[in-house]
Amino acid sequence: MRKRIRVNGEAQSVDGGLRIVELVRRLAPGEAEGVAVAVNGVIVTRSRWHEREVQDGDDIEIVRATQGG
Amino acid sequence: MATTSKSSAPPRADEARVALPQEDPWTLGELQLGSRIILGTARYPSRQVLLDALAAAGAQLVTVGIRRVNPAAAGGENLYTLLREHGYHVLPNTAGCFTARDAVLTAQLAREALGTALIKVEVIGDEDTLLPDVEGLIEACRELVRQGFTVLPYTNDDPITAKKLDDLGCAAVMPLGAPIGSGLGIRNPHNIELIVSRSRVPVIVDAGVGTASDVAVAFELGCDGVLLNTAVARARDPVAMAAAVRAAAHAGRLAHRAGRIPRLFYAQASTPLAGRIGVAPAVGGPEPQTSRD
Repeated sequence: MRKRIRVNGEAQSVDGGLRIVELVRRLAPGEAEGVAVAVNGVIVTRSRWHEREVQDGDDIEIVRATQGG
Repeated sequence: MATTSKSSAPPRADEARVALPQEDPWTLGELQLGSRIILGTARYPSRQVLLDALAAAGAQLVTVGIRRVNPAAAGGENLYTLLREHGYHVLPNTAGCFTARDAVLTAQLAREALGTALIKVEVIGDEDTLLPDVEGLIEACRELVRQGFTVLPYTNDDPITAKKLDDLGCAAVMPLGAPIGSGLGIRNPHNIELIVSRSRVPVIVDAGVGTASDVAVAFELGCDGVLLNTAVARARDPVAMAAAVRAAAHAGRLAHRAGRIPRLFYAQASTPLAGRIGVAPAVGGPEPQTSRD
């Protein structure tokens, strides 16, 4: 069953059962450090990326450090 | 002006009084630093120039932004990894946040991503001036202090606001010299001096620095640190400007410790008046000394 989610502001349709870690890998392959995730305004810690499945309507932010002043 | 005890210890030897310090230790939250310069990492012509400028400035703490991972920009080396490999401490910011809620979430993401409790809090009031929204800033800082962050607020040069931020538990106050990226320098040195005189936490001028002399002025006013980005990154020669900033920080700190003369409304002659040629001696004695020491 497909789930409709937003990832970094972009609407997506993904397979049910998809886990956060998969979304991170798609956006940032091989980036081991310096990445963080929030779902619906709440941090999902790295230790839970493998367990947390996306739900219908989830609004997901995947961020990292960039240049800044 | 009443200054509370903070920042560097008094010099212990003659060399320390007159030499350019190699290290000028201070504490920011739980971080021990030897450099008074905090540099931003944005707007450099290249990664290599950024690294060279950081080294030339002698900076130890550098700021980064927090932004969505962008696959199109992938391929460049992870900035955070690069900075850590070179031994820099990283200070994330909440740049681009216009509400306390966004600033708090960004700070939480930063802590999770970078493993640091340090956060430079920006809550911006308007896109043209990038001046802080004081109400939102205070709300965000209060919440972030409650959540155990080491809060460094980017604020305006209002001493009342600075005092509120100090009182609610921020680890420093960071008044702007002028709007971000404007290069206008320190627009209200009197207010900066007022903030320094009343603050129990370190005071860091953050934003608006245009060139090295602005950095020297900040330290002469008694500031503990200066945070700058555009003045170095967008200089014609960023690495040379970074070196100038380092020297200016030393000069400003030395001058501050040396204790400047007061400002006078009228002139006070340096050369004594006694013994001038062409002056008739006074009746009954030598000409009086008139230097007003």
